[in-house]
Amino acid sequence: MKEKLQKIREEAIEKIQNSEDLSKLNDVRVAILGKKGELTAVLKSMKDVLPEERPAFGQLVNDTRADIEKKLEEAKAALEAKEMELRLKNEVIDVTLPAKKNKIGHRHPNTIALEEVENIFVGMGYEVVEGPEVELDYYNFEALNIPANHPAKDEQDTFYINKDILLRTQTSPVQVRQMEKGKLPIRMIAPGRVFRSDEVDATHSPSFHQIEGLVIDKHITFADLKGTLAEFAKQLFGEDTKVKFRPHHFPFTEPSAEVDVTCFKCGGKGCRFCKGEGWIEILGCGMVHPKVLRMSGIDPEEYSGFAFGVGLERIALLKYEIDDMRLLYENDDRFLKQF
Amino acid sequence: MNTSYEWIKALVPGLDATEQEYMDAMTLSGSKVEGYKKLDQDLDKIVVGQIKKIEKHPDADKLIICQVDIGTGEDLQIVTGAPNVSEGDKVPVVLDGGKVAGDHDGNMTAGGVKIKKGKLRGVESFGMMCSIEELGSNRDMYPEAPEFGIYIFEDNAQVGADAIELLGLRDANFEYEITSNRVDCFSVLGIAREAAATFKKEFKPPVVTETGNSENVNDYIKVTVKDTDLCSRYTARVVKNIKLAPSPKWMQRRLAAHGIRPINNLVDITNYVMEEYGQPMHAYDLDTIAGKEIIVRRAAQGEKFVTLDGQERNLDESILMICDAKKPVGIAGIMGGENSMITDSVKTMLFEAACFDGTNIRLSSKKIGLRTDASSIFEKGLDPNNAMDAMNRACQLIEELGAGEVVGGAVDVYPVKKEGKTIPFEPEKYNRLLGTDIGREEMLEYLGRLELKYDEASNQILIPSWRQDLECDADIAEEVARFYGYDNIPTSLPNGEATTGKLSFKLRIEKVARDVAEFCGFSQGMCYSFESPKVFDKLLIPKDSNLRKTVTISNPLGEDFSIMRTLPLNGMLTSLSTNFNRRNKNVRLYELGNIYLPKQVPVTELPEERMQFTLGMYGEGDFFTLKGVVEEFLTKIGMTEKPVYNPKADRPYFHPGRQADIIYDKRVVGYLGEIHPVVAGNYSIKERVYLAVLDMPELYGKASFDRKYQGIAEFPAAASYISMVVPKEILAGDIEKVFDEKGGAYLESYQLFDIYEGNQIKLGYKSLAYSLVFRGKEKNLEEADITGAMNRILKALEQMGIELRK
Repeated sequence: MKEKLQKIREEAIEKIQNSEDLSKLNDVRVAILGKKGELTAVLKSMKDVLPEERPAFGQLVNDTRADIEKKLEEAKAALEAKEMELRLKNEVIDVTLPAKKNKIGHRHPNTIALEEVENIFVGMGYEVVEGPEVELDYYNFEALNIPANHPAKDEQDTFYINKDILLRTQTSPVQVRQMEKGKLPIRMIAPGRVFRSDEVDATHSPSFHQIEGLVIDKHITFADLKGTLAEFAKQLFGEDTKVKFRPHHFPFTEPSAEVDVTCFKCGGKGCRFCKGEGWIEILGCGMVHPKVLRMSGIDPEEYSGFAFGVGLERIALLKYEIDDMRLLYENDDRFLKQF
Repeated sequence: MNTSYEWIKALVPGLDATEQEYMDAMTLSGSKVEGYKKLDQDLDKIVVGQIKKIEKHPDADKLIICQVDIGTGEDLQIVTGAPNVSEGDKVPVVLDGGKVAGDHDGNMTAGGVKIKKGKLRGVESFGMMCSIEELGSNRDMYPEAPEFGIYIFEDNAQVGADAIELLGLRDANFEYEITSNRVDCFSVLGIAREAAATFKKEFKPPVVTETGNSENVNDYIKVTVKDTDLCSRYTARVVKNIKLAPSPKWMQRRLAAHGIRPINNLVDITNYVMEEYGQPMHAYDLDTIAGKEIIVRRAAQGEKFVTLDGQERNLDESILMICDAKKPVGIAGIMGGENSMITDSVKTMLFEAACFDGTNIRLSSKKIGLRTDASSIFEKGLDPNNAMDAMNRACQLIEELGAGEVVGGAVDVYPVKKEGKTIPFEPEKYNRLLGTDIGREEMLEYLGRLELKYDEASNQILIPSWRQDLECDADIAEEVARFYGYDNIPTSLPNGEATTGKLSFKLRIEKVARDVAEFCGFSQGMCYSFESPKVFDKLLIPKDSNLRKTVTISNPLGEDFSIMRTLPLNGMLTSLSTNFNRRNKNVRLYELGNIYLPKQVPVTELPEERMQFTLGMYGEGDFFTLKGVVEEFLTKIGMTEKPVYNPKADRPYFHPGRQADIIYDKRVVGYLGEIHPVVAGNYSIKERVYLAVLDMPELYGKASFDRKYQGIAEFPAAASYISMVVPKEILAGDIEKVFDEKGGAYLESYQLFDIYEGNQIKLGYKSLAYSLVFRGKEKNLEEADITGAMNRILKALEQMGIELRK
């Protein structure tokens, strides 16, 4: 009997070693350990063994079984590893084949620039507000200290619907509308579409966008205006950007300034992009004129504030180096896809 | 505004800044310099030479050999082909290695033309004699220069001297951007005053001396101003025994540096004073003035008048005229009349320096269609106090130049004298506004530089009348800031009450619209708000449609930009058309922009502006692609109920069988469809075009960013399938409505998984197959739960004439 078990064991090990794949290995397992397997048959013959020999015999059968099972496990693990290796080898792909594109659309460069500006000011506690594009003459001019005979009111620049209603030429009327609401302090920006009677060419469009900014509070100073816009320029154009304030005139601010930033292409050394000047003009600003405050029902003795206006297209053209404004309104897919 | 730098320096003697320094400093103190041009930038090594001897060139008939004394003791041999020189002439000589600006014919070379010694037909030439054109100018500015050939100096020119300087070309022309509030800076004196203040140097305006003989001007002329509202001041003086002659070189040079062509002494003096004082003047031939009387009055309606350029002008009652006792002799502030103009035979002249209402001049000039140098200055609104100063300066120059005999006295009709203002001096307020700590004495020093005097007793700043722009504390603060330096003002951030930065709900929804559109492959376009009224025909909009009632621009850039759009389709279709014509494939665009709906026409109040979210596409995809984007968007903004689609909206620009209004909460919130082939053809698009519009104001009230977690289903789902044969006119939406209404609480979702029309299905029918998913939220469903719901559904479907396929 012992010899028989020994033989089973040896044959089993040989068969296991000769199994080339998992299914053959399984056949071996069934042939030996299955219900009708050789070792099972030996176990069934236990009843023919003398009772006093049974424990030893049982032990021997169990040992043999454990031994074979162990060998089966080892063989299985080895075969599985081999099969995995083979599979991975067969599944190699050419990763340089073209990507399957998700056809995602693109934002207009104006909007990308606008969202950048919005994020900067929202982060500084500014509310984003809007006003009508078809506007009253009063809000667009008179309430901004642009009296009836001001040359800027001339039909040359402004599209009129009738003598009282026009297409706003600036986003500044939103300032007045916000101030009139009487809720102070104010920190707002007002982006939007504006209109001027300019023929379409590479640098002009009869319709473009501005972003107006307004802060009204007690003790607002020109120094606050400088600090705010310097921070804005750094965030928009890069940490090393410097700003230069030049005195200027706007009817609705006093003192007023135009603001230049160091050319973000050459860093201020002067290049083709900034026409050798090292500086690029980006916006107009100033302290809100006391007349404007008063007309909007705010006491200039108690409150002061600053305002600024940025041309959105100007920022977009500069930032993305677009050389023709007409591209912004043609909506050519090949243009839009670049943003 | 342009000025010669030499002229400014003459008025600010201590000014020694380089051109670049001047430009930078003036810009930072508020007189923005746009740029400058050095008149000598392309000229180098040019001296006065005297021709000692002229010989013929042995080998060339047209060339001569000159020996030229250039003051070095050794004559220079120069070969030239110029026809106009003789021995003894003093001429500009470019030395070897020098530069001229251009050629004989006035063609300029950027960077100049280098002159080198060389041989001309075998004879050595060590330099070049040059013409005024080669020096970068022309005979308009240098009328004494010969028409062909070398420029010849006057006899008193010093041999060896710098010819560039002698010609007044050691100068630079500066161009300024003067803002509309600084009328005083449209003059050399105004700019010089700013320059003196900027560089902290003394300002030395010309000293105007008493002029005139012992006669009395009132014996020559009487002036009456009838419309004093349009003419605040009228000054007049008379000059007799006029001797017309060229003006002196110094005056010609300064005018030339300003780009003004010298004519004769009278015209040049007028122009000179115009530049210097910023006050336009006019001269009449006194012998043509009837009744020796000037009357300033409005024109009669329909009156006609011939201006000195020979043109007949139509006038009306708003236009101010200068008249004599019988007739008009000039349009005030715009142009004089042919009938009174100065001619070569003039003996006695009437000089006018007046102040006219700026707005009136601007409107008149526009009405007549004539904008002159004078009118463009008057329309800025001048300081009347400047008029008499300018007049006296002009008369001083007349006497200095010997151009005539000035009659004693001046006529001055100036009913209401404009006085300088006073503003209280409040240094603390200025510092508070600027965020600075500038001392009061320092402030007064800045103001003093600008001739803003301080009266200590009353603590008032005295504002001269030429500074009409200074009215309040903020204005004075700006003057202080300008000279303190904007650069020196510190930087800080507002530190008041904290505020919350945010986008409005509307703007947040628009942002989601952009995101969804882009995720779905649509790129953002931007279109004009105004378009042509012809658009309505292109879009097949009926003639009587309300959409044709528009907000109309009264002064458009042309008909194509004359009405504010009442629907957003044209911009999108135009953009798609542009792409199609450029052979761009599979284009998907979206736009967020307003339409403008008038509350009434003609417009009497602001129109309603409605934001439209427009999606358009051609190429890959179809109606249902676009419908998917719409639903994706609505879901993202919290409009999670199922929209209803009404196919019977009959929008004319859409394919009649492929369009729907989008209905949500019983309101039309938008529409979508395939563009009518005729409309697509009108836009030259030869593919199917799909377009969807969401009327955003309809969504604001329905959208929400609130979200509540619904839990994840714990119990298993059970699916059922329905396959049916449906009469064609029954819509999938009708069937789904049955599922919604009869499905009960356990019906979780349903989905169309097959649709078929064709051979196997009888004519007029289609086959649809749906899967329905049932699930209990709180329990495992039993068979009966599902069959109950299914039976209700099937019964309702059968009632609609739908056959169920087993």
